[in-house]
Amino acid sequence: MSDAAAKTQARRVRPKYLNLRALLFEIRLPLPGWISILHRISGAWLFLALVWLLWMLDRSLASEAAFDRIKHYAGLWQVKLSLLVLVWAYCHHFCAGIRYLFLDLDKGADLATARLSSWLVLAASLALTAFFGWKLW
Amino acid sequence: MSTDRVVTGAHYGLRDWLAQRITALIMAVYSVIVVVVLLSGQPITYGVWRDLFTQGWMRVATLLFIASLAWHAWAGVRDILMDYIKPAGLRLALEVLVVLSIAAYVGWTIQILWR
Repeated sequence: MSDAAAKTQARRVRPKYLNLRALLFEIRLPLPGWISILHRISGAWLFLALVWLLWMLDRSLASEAAFDRIKHYAGLWQVKLSLLVLVWAYCHHFCAGIRYLFLDLDKGADLATARLSSWLVLAASLALTAFFGWKLW
Repeated sequence: MSTDRVVTGAHYGLRDWLAQRITALIMAVYSVIVVVVLLSGQPITYGVWRDLFTQGWMRVATLLFIASLAWHAWAGVRDILMDYIKPAGLRLALEVLVVLSIAAYVGWTIQILWR
């Protein structure tokens, strides 16, 4: 079998459609792709959590007693953890969003810069999450 | 004549795309201001928290934020629904649900701010 034929053979086993197995093990998404899907997931997650966040804002401004109850509620570890996930989602959505604004203006669209800015988005959003987590608790 | 026009999309155009970016900038500026105000002030007690949200500029800025969020989230969620939900009826139902939720959130926020 020739080299070219072997290559064709190898190419034939690539995933032809999306399924969980392909998503998890067969498709290797480049870093800018991860930034992109995380931007979508974090945005969807923030939208779904909006009702919960508004409820906490509502209670915290209702009265002093309600404020104290919310403060206690926000101290529970399950709530803290959920809030921390949302803080990360906000930071990631924020940083990645700024990256997209620059890309929309054709700034940093070449491969090297796009990869570098992807790393920056990932690092900056995690650093900001750690900072706010430390500040809040 | 083409009959496969997608009925459950939006305006096939630039408006929401551009609005999503402008509202993003408004929310980004608001976020930075609020973070700076909260981190540079005293520890957050009920008094500090309530006083912050009764100031005129904060009420207007927060209203602007939630209005931006409404438009921004609508464009984003609609994109997600158009990508993953193919049956038109289901997509339309979810879009209506999302629009109603967003409208309710805006109304609720106004109620919180001007109680």
